[in-house]
Amino acid sequence: MYALKFNDHVCETCPTGDCLVKCQYLHLDRDTAVAEMVKIAKGEDSFVLKDCVTCYACEEYCRRGNHPFYLITERRQEKGILTAPRAIARQWINIGEPQGKYRVGKVGERVLSFGFMPEFLGWIKGRLFEDVMPSYIFGQEFFCNVVYIHFADTAVIKERLPRVVENFTRLGVKEVIFLHDECYGAFSHLAPAYGIEVPFKSVHYYEYLHRRLTELKDLIRPLNIRAAYQRPCSSRLSPDHHHWVRDIMGLIGVDLVEREYQDENALCCGGILSMNYGYDLAHDVQQRNVDDMVRHGAQVCAFNCPACQSTLGARVAKQGIRPLHMIHLCRKAIGEM
Amino acid sequence: MTDIAQSLARIVGEAYVSNHPEEAYFYARDPGLMPHHAPDYVVVPETVEEIQEIVRLANREKVPVVPMGAGLALTGLVIPLRGGIVIDMKRMNRILSVNETGRHAVVEGGTSQGYLKAYLEKHHPRLRHSIPDSPATATIAANVMIHGQGRLTQQYGFNSDMICGLEVVLASGEVCCIGSCALSPDWFSKGPPLPDLTGLFLGWFGATGIITKVGVKLYPRKKMRDVEIFITDREDLVPEMIYELTHTEMVEDINVFAQPKPMIFKDNHHITLFFTGDTDEELEFKRKTIWHALDRFIQSKDGGFMGVAPAMKPTLLDMPQRSVSRFADVTRGGGFEYSGPIIMVDKYPACAHKILELAEKYDLGYSGMARIIGRSHCMMYGFAFTFNRADPDMMERTRKALHEVSVFALEAGGVFWKATVDEQRMAMEKMDPTTLSLMRMIKEQMDPNGIMNPGNWEVTKV
Repeated sequence: MYALKFNDHVCETCPTGDCLVKCQYLHLDRDTAVAEMVKIAKGEDSFVLKDCVTCYACEEYCRRGNHPFYLITERRQEKGILTAPRAIARQWINIGEPQGKYRVGKVGERVLSFGFMPEFLGWIKGRLFEDVMPSYIFGQEFFCNVVYIHFADTAVIKERLPRVVENFTRLGVKEVIFLHDECYGAFSHLAPAYGIEVPFKSVHYYEYLHRRLTELKDLIRPLNIRAAYQRPCSSRLSPDHHHWVRDIMGLIGVDLVEREYQDENALCCGGILSMNYGYDLAHDVQQRNVDDMVRHGAQVCAFNCPACQSTLGARVAKQGIRPLHMIHLCRKAIGEM
Repeated sequence: MTDIAQSLARIVGEAYVSNHPEEAYFYARDPGLMPHHAPDYVVVPETVEEIQEIVRLANREKVPVVPMGAGLALTGLVIPLRGGIVIDMKRMNRILSVNETGRHAVVEGGTSQGYLKAYLEKHHPRLRHSIPDSPATATIAANVMIHGQGRLTQQYGFNSDMICGLEVVLASGEVCCIGSCALSPDWFSKGPPLPDLTGLFLGWFGATGIITKVGVKLYPRKKMRDVEIFITDREDLVPEMIYELTHTEMVEDINVFAQPKPMIFKDNHHITLFFTGDTDEELEFKRKTIWHALDRFIQSKDGGFMGVAPAMKPTLLDMPQRSVSRFADVTRGGGFEYSGPIIMVDKYPACAHKILELAEKYDLGYSGMARIIGRSHCMMYGFAFTFNRADPDMMERTRKALHEVSVFALEAGGVFWKATVDEQRMAMEKMDPTTLSLMRMIKEQMDPNGIMNPGNWEVTKV
């Protein structure tokens, strides 16, 4: 069975306790943060195991190469501390169960992974993708399953993720461009943390978009709009790719508003918070988030994750801010939308 | 043509009467599992006077008459069990009046749910009626006749509670006004403060008279409508959850369903909650109140609100809901029937267990669905099975499963809704004898020749 690679000593000697000190939902000083993480590492009880809202951000806050969020998830599962109502977790696990209903295009050595996001089936077209399409895959068989860390269930990930890797391998792909952060994070971050071998190159779609926009730069007409960016939880698994947001927006003439809930301080869209914890937390986070966009004069809310867009899209639209996925922003910039 | 066919042609015109087998074929059956039986004549009248004449003719000739709306009950209520004349009400589909401030409409007996909905949306956008989830062609009169339920049932009870008068052609051929319209030009009450005589007709399936007009109560139609779905793996907690939700008095409609397919619905019970508002603030206040009502279940991890993607909402908010029709063809072959006893909400767990047991025992596709009636006063629990019409064995298994549902429902204290003939018999056998005797007196007085939809509520033969 795959086991998390976690170094207790790294936490014991941590000078900052950033993983929990920077947490947007728990408010801890350095000493408490370190002490609680050490307790968690030792398998002892900690209030953090009950209060963590599963935003993933501590995976980014930890600069010392440990995996605080994965560890919290592991311990929760060991202790039977539920984050989500059982029915919610069950529903999501059922949805991700392979059904043999996957779809693949004309798969080459490079392939676009739509994961299990049906939105991409309609969104991925045009010149940005012409050098890869119709090489794509979609369906539960290619779904990374990482979302289950929201539900304190790594067992299902450990069971399914190697099968997903196998499915990719069987197709003979050498390079997979992931259109969803969570999938990219699964293969580039979580899999190595658990010692799951990934025999293909994982590419973040932001990197791909940036390259394509550079190649198509003659087509770009700057959008000249001010956009807020809704950073998804799963982007915390690949923080080294977050810079592409500014890079891409720079290429297409989008002014990224420098708001409070930006970059490391980003707030969750609230989707998981509402399912796991009810109205108040989700509503508070969403309200602060959208108010922040309004306060900073955003005309567009740029989404990375279709699920975030689904959760927050109507709410931002009601404030006169247009919800748009990054892919649509890019396609707009080259005159396709 | 026979003498009766010629007489009918004189009443309604030749184009609107038939005794041809190709028409009789369709009028001999409904979409459910009941055995078919052909009528001798089908007639499609346009006026109350024509219906009066048809009924007088039937009385003279001692020929049965069976009034028919869209024929969608699924339990064979308009299958002419003794032959005779099927009176198809579809041409009597006029909306006679809408009183905006008095919030009611008067419609003819063949007016469809979809027509009234569309008419109100166009001409009275601040009004709505309690539309059921049957196909839009279902008629208003037939729905109140069977004590149907609709979108406003959780707030106002059965659709038959939401009427404000009837006009009925009696077995004698006379026309009778029921409610305030009996002595006033205004249709504002189905009975009170007078003796409420609607009970002489509603629930009788046409065995005591033919509804030719209905006063339908209308209700405020808010500008916005939204939906949330609370899910739980604890069927035993569903009644408590419903109690908390109905306590808020914020919910327009509450439905509960559990089914194994598609995978998103497997293993859980889904409480679908609809709510409305004229402003964002009103809608959000209701949403917050509804969510808070179930906080304790979220805290205990016994349930939670699932994410309802914007793409799902149009389907969920559609009225009538088409998902029921889609379910009908899950097992290819288009067969669908359900038994929907009216039963206490605290019987939800027992019903949920029973449908699982029967689906397994008879190897059938199923969906368990409940609509809450009133503020948790009771519910309709639909034991729905889907079957392939080309597979006689599957149809027989479905029949057996539904029979077991009927036995279970009675034992659990439920009452059959739109009961089949067999269920009517079972109900009458279990019924308090004095009640049965009262029903017998009514039937004998109102239909002395036994011509009104015979085979249904045959109290005289029990």
